[in-house]
Amino acid sequence: MKELTDRALDKVRRLGASYGDIRIVRRTNESLSTKNGKVEALESSTDEGFGIRVVADGAWGFASSLEITPEEIDRAAELAVRIAKASASIEHEPVKLAPAEPADGRFEWEIKKDPFEIPIEEKISLLLDADNIIRQTPEIKVSEASMQFWRTEQIFASTEGSYIEQVKTESGAGIEATAVSEGEVQKRSYPASFGGDFATAGYEFVEAWDLVGNAERVAKEAAQLLTAPQCPSDTRALILEGSMLALQVHESCGHPIELDRVFGTEASYAGTSFLTPEKLGNFKYGSDIVNIVADATIPGGLGSFFYDDEGVPAQCVDIIDEGVFVGYLTSRETAEKLGQRSSGAMRADGWNRIPLIRMTNINLMPGDWTLGEMIEDTKRGLYAGTVVSWSIDDMRLNFQFATEFAYDIEDGSLGKLFKNATYTGITYEFWGNCDAIAGEDEWHLWGIPNCGKGQPGQAAHVGHGVAPARFQNVRIGVVESQEESEE
Amino acid sequence: MLGKEKVLEILNKVIEYSNADMTEASITIGESSLTRFANSFIHQNVFERNACLAVRAIIGKRIGYATTNKLDDEAICSVVKKAVAFAQHSAENPDFVSLPHPKPIAPIDTFDQPTALFGPEDRASVVAQLISEARKQGASAAGLLSNGYQEFAVVNTLGVNAYNAMTRARLSTVMTSDSGHGFAEQVSQRIGNLNPISAAVEAATRAVQGQNPVKIEPGEYDVVLLPYAVEEMVVLLADLGFSALAVQEGRSFMCGKFGQQITGKNITIWDDGLDTRGLPRPFDAEGVPKQRVDLIVKGIANAVVYDSYTAYKEGKESTGHSIGGPGTYGPFPTNLFLEPGDASIDEMIASTKKGIFVTRFHYTNTIHPILTLFTGMTRDGTFLIEDGKITKPVKNLRFTDSILERFSNVEMISKDTMRGEWAVVPAIKARGFRFTGVTEF
Repeated sequence: MKELTDRALDKVRRLGASYGDIRIVRRTNESLSTKNGKVEALESSTDEGFGIRVVADGAWGFASSLEITPEEIDRAAELAVRIAKASASIEHEPVKLAPAEPADGRFEWEIKKDPFEIPIEEKISLLLDADNIIRQTPEIKVSEASMQFWRTEQIFASTEGSYIEQVKTESGAGIEATAVSEGEVQKRSYPASFGGDFATAGYEFVEAWDLVGNAERVAKEAAQLLTAPQCPSDTRALILEGSMLALQVHESCGHPIELDRVFGTEASYAGTSFLTPEKLGNFKYGSDIVNIVADATIPGGLGSFFYDDEGVPAQCVDIIDEGVFVGYLTSRETAEKLGQRSSGAMRADGWNRIPLIRMTNINLMPGDWTLGEMIEDTKRGLYAGTVVSWSIDDMRLNFQFATEFAYDIEDGSLGKLFKNATYTGITYEFWGNCDAIAGEDEWHLWGIPNCGKGQPGQAAHVGHGVAPARFQNVRIGVVESQEESEE
Repeated sequence: MLGKEKVLEILNKVIEYSNADMTEASITIGESSLTRFANSFIHQNVFERNACLAVRAIIGKRIGYATTNKLDDEAICSVVKKAVAFAQHSAENPDFVSLPHPKPIAPIDTFDQPTALFGPEDRASVVAQLISEARKQGASAAGLLSNGYQEFAVVNTLGVNAYNAMTRARLSTVMTSDSGHGFAEQVSQRIGNLNPISAAVEAATRAVQGQNPVKIEPGEYDVVLLPYAVEEMVVLLADLGFSALAVQEGRSFMCGKFGQQITGKNITIWDDGLDTRGLPRPFDAEGVPKQRVDLIVKGIANAVVYDSYTAYKEGKESTGHSIGGPGTYGPFPTNLFLEPGDASIDEMIASTKKGIFVTRFHYTNTIHPILTLFTGMTRDGTFLIEDGKITKPVKNLRFTDSILERFSNVEMISKDTMRGEWAVVPAIKARGFRFTGVTEF
């Protein structure tokens, strides 16, 4: 492959590019799912190709192709430079890149059990066992179980002298129970909704979640929700379960710290950010106990890697320090505008996409409470979790989330189960009201494999380490207030 | 372009290499380009040449599915082996009946050579016109211009043999003028139909008018929704309930409601994959010709769309709405229509005593599928209407509302429609839209 990458880089240099890089990527995916006791899908995909990214006349160009041949590399290199020159034809500020040391080497995350070597029958059997247990609860009309595995092999080479090979294997699994009665549909998922939990790990990660052992409980909880009362509408303390809090971090912290959003280059689609540069180092984003890092170095994290897709080494960067906003996720181009070096957050969804600033593992650092202590300490509150829906404005301020379950808390004890729970708030007010975070024992690094961004669209694999946390004065039950207004 | 003969040759190799009881091969192959701009310059500019060869192998009632983007003989042989092996190791799906049988496919014109060939310099020129017009109007532009072509073909061992080539072009822009924002979008099969000047004027005018928005209290308001917002509601409805799979699984709002009034009598929604007012395609991902399906007729729940799996399960014929893959998502309508009325947007505003004018929505998501309850934010041009006039821009609002309930309270529907990526829709005026929160800009 070195011959091909050298060929591409020589070609773009000769055509006048001031910078160029090429990524050759091969990705294999296996997806297994069962529904209602039947194998719903057994899917395998392989996908490979290359993408050449250049700066010419101070502007960006990118061309990609599925055919990894010398002739096609020549064609794409020429086209990338031509595209860059077309970009440059419109008045612009020339692209400047913050410095990065060239790197060389091969890097692979270790896994214990290769998921692609586990017999298909064994994987299906596990899914069907869980699926069948779920349907033993009479109210369940749809039972689902799924697993997904990816292996990505990538070569990155640049005109600055980098040649980096990386191999990554990712695994994930989950189950869902949907209970249906007249006019009502309720769902419970485990260990998280939308496919479960994911990690840079092997099949051992799937086994550790014990889908079969949790199937009955999940089904009964879904059935229980059918007759549960509507979540009330008021303002109270809210304790969030881990997978829900992971998404809260994702939407209200992870996205607004992406420096490309801040500079407006996602304005037409995902939006911008309220965390503008003058806030760096002085804006009170959360309470004093809120500490958040972007850590791409943690073994097992779905957002972990050795080098990003600009050849910048993986790092752990402070984002929120004792409640104060102190850091962004950056690229070489955006970091340069702040006089910084890149924080190593540029990643592409495959060979046919350019790298964008993406979350790594955005982690809320553990506190010193336990979930039990938080509940005991709460006079009137709600313990809610597992994502149903999420929505946040295009500057990442006003959010509203819905959860699968919500338990009333009264005088320090969990009470009745509510259905259709929602909560809403403004990002910095919400985090400013965080007054308790559980400790390391309850901290878990969740994996989200479908973070959408960019045009054309890209799905990133990211991680969020969290332990349950409590937030005071949260408006809950937006849905019920609506029903009341109908009466 | 590979052309029909070569594309079908690849698919026929799949059929030849497979020893499954039934085999389906489909391919998508093409080129796409996208020029993205922000702060009034081009910051991303990309080209992609890609393919996806998909094989569905059936052994008895066991199904395997595999894809690759490599098209040489070795890769084709390998992807067939993988699909067959997956079928062999799978468990039976008793609901599976058959792949679809061939049916005549009506030819429609979906390809435009200039759109396929439009190059980076051409795109830069269009973007330059848009940015220049935005500057004249006092706005800064962000957005995209994309173009490309796609060849799509399906064959199966029961005799389906379908090929189509299509082009797509899209121009989308968000413009900013101080604290004001505006939006415009145009899609077409023909790049020549896109008009950067009119898009710039539309978005920039609203951005300039939107400066210094004021905060208003959330609550129930009459709304005038531009087609951008209406399209999102119609497509979300489709996602929640217009699929036969959603009905079969009991999670559709159509369940138990067929023949009953579920919206106002002035709402009629249908899907017609062949209607050239939208973005037509002659057949679905299984090679089944597209059929018109009348989903809601004068407010009455009438029908849903089928692929072969969901259709055969009920002893029916597919309506040509498979979206491919292993079939887990179920069928989906991709060329939707909401029947226009006879009003104009100006008349809607003039008839509103107090209401909100909404350009489009942001980040909508479903809270409850049966209630069709959704939430989201307004974006890129939200204004207060008082005494029949737009009086001031307002800070963006969060809504939490039921789509069916709102479609039961539509007072006026525009005569003019907009072609979106998924639907052709008019603007509407509806009573009592529920805004449940407000943001800071």
